[in-house]
Amino acid sequence: MTGRLLPSGEAALLVECDSLDEVLALHDALAADPRPGLVELVPAARTILVAVDPERLPLESAETWVRRVQGATTSAGADRRGPVDDEAIVRVMYDGDDLDETAARLGWSAESLVARHSAARWRVAFGGFAPGFGYLVSDDWPFEVPRLDAPRTRVPAGAVALAGAFSGVYPRESPGGWRLIGRTDADLWNPDRADPALLAPGRRVRFEAVR
Amino acid sequence: MRRLIIEAVGPLALVEDLGRPGLAHLGVAGSGALDRGAARLANRLVGNPDGAAILEVLVGGLRARVVGGGTWFAVAGAWGPITLDGRPVAPYTAARAPDGAVLELGTAERGLRYALAVRGGIDEPPVLGSRSRDTLAGLGPEPVRPGRELVIGDEPEASVPALDQEAAFAPPDETVTLALRPGPRADWFTDAARAALFETPWRVSERADRVGVRLVGPELGRRAVGELASEATVPGSIQVSGDGQPTILLADRPVTGGYPVIAIVAAASLDAVAQLRPGQELRFRHA
Repeated sequence: MTGRLLPSGEAALLVECDSLDEVLALHDALAADPRPGLVELVPAARTILVAVDPERLPLESAETWVRRVQGATTSAGADRRGPVDDEAIVRVMYDGDDLDETAARLGWSAESLVARHSAARWRVAFGGFAPGFGYLVSDDWPFEVPRLDAPRTRVPAGAVALAGAFSGVYPRESPGGWRLIGRTDADLWNPDRADPALLAPGRRVRFEAVR
Repeated sequence: MRRLIIEAVGPLALVEDLGRPGLAHLGVAGSGALDRGAARLANRLVGNPDGAAILEVLVGGLRARVVGGGTWFAVAGAWGPITLDGRPVAPYTAARAPDGAVLELGTAERGLRYALAVRGGIDEPPVLGSRSRDTLAGLGPEPVRPGRELVIGDEPEASVPALDQEAAFAPPDETVTLALRPGPRADWFTDAARAALFETPWRVSERADRVGVRLVGPELGRRAVGELASEATVPGSIQVSGDGQPTILLADRPVTGGYPVIAIVAAASLDAVAQLRPGQELRFRHA
């Protein structure tokens, strides 16, 4: 793959990709072959920010590294499922306020939406909205639903939701415009934990229906 | 145990260190002292490591009593009246506060944010490896209020250095010029907009905090109408909202933004943004 490298200050490069699949493939390829001095990779819907410590990894060297990995990566290799050994199970009570209407929009019953959502193999594509929030995608979920016309001023922590092609879980109470289909008591965000975000980019996720 | 007992607070006083880098992929911004140079300087003046936690005091109005033993302290960043038991203390200089002394930071005359370091640092519990308050994410030590007791850490190995005041430059109160690097989305803007960014004076609006500083000036027009998918930003990113007005994103910004970034404030100019006062004029030059 190719893709522009855009300037982003003295300690980062912004890599532009043509699709989310390219983002996922390049993110995994870069993460599998890190350079000393790499601070972090911040994926988003069409970009990856490559943040470096320029004293240990000069921007020119980072650029060469990204170019080389891009050249050896194809988006066909995009893995929307993430590494098998890194799977989070999120137990969901599917009783969200928007469940029936969202199912109706997709032409399904609520039971059918629950069955498909909990059968799909998800992967955290990127984060960004709040600490611990992940945008989840799945090859088993080629469906899209619009955001709510009027966002809620208060969405409770643990709300499981859909918007666009993504699913997500609100790690804490916040405003939000996603469609609520259920709730979980999973510990999504815990700064005292070595791995503070349950839904960290790259992780595989399955939702399990509970009653 | 030595402590600072907070008796009065102005608009805002926060515990900050050099932040928590490397967690943007989990939705956590770097946060940390907005004027990092001031935090480092204040720490060095009292022999602390650069990353010791300081108090970032917005505008002034802080009164604190030292208890449990005396301590060295230093104030950098904003320039204003500092007193110890009512007697003036020089800024940008280490001074010794005896047990029971009352330290006061008056209203800043230059700049906006004081960095108050105490020898040993402020020892609040770290969150994700940092004692910084992130005002947007709500992480780190709670904003400081009257009655709060802040524990002072153990004395560092290094002694209080014999530094003179030569490093002291009060923040400018006239037009400030900031160096800019190209932004990732400069090509989203018209040639006229890119020229106007550098050729016209800008003014700091009232909407200025640790998340970002919104500027007032000519409308920066876009070349093409389009929606940008949200992407990661860095401190100093100048994003331009739909109404054509720029905002300099700072330490507590959201880690991704959906507005195009026209330029990025060079690292060497970023600390100056922390000291800009609402209404102050600024100009941009190429880094």
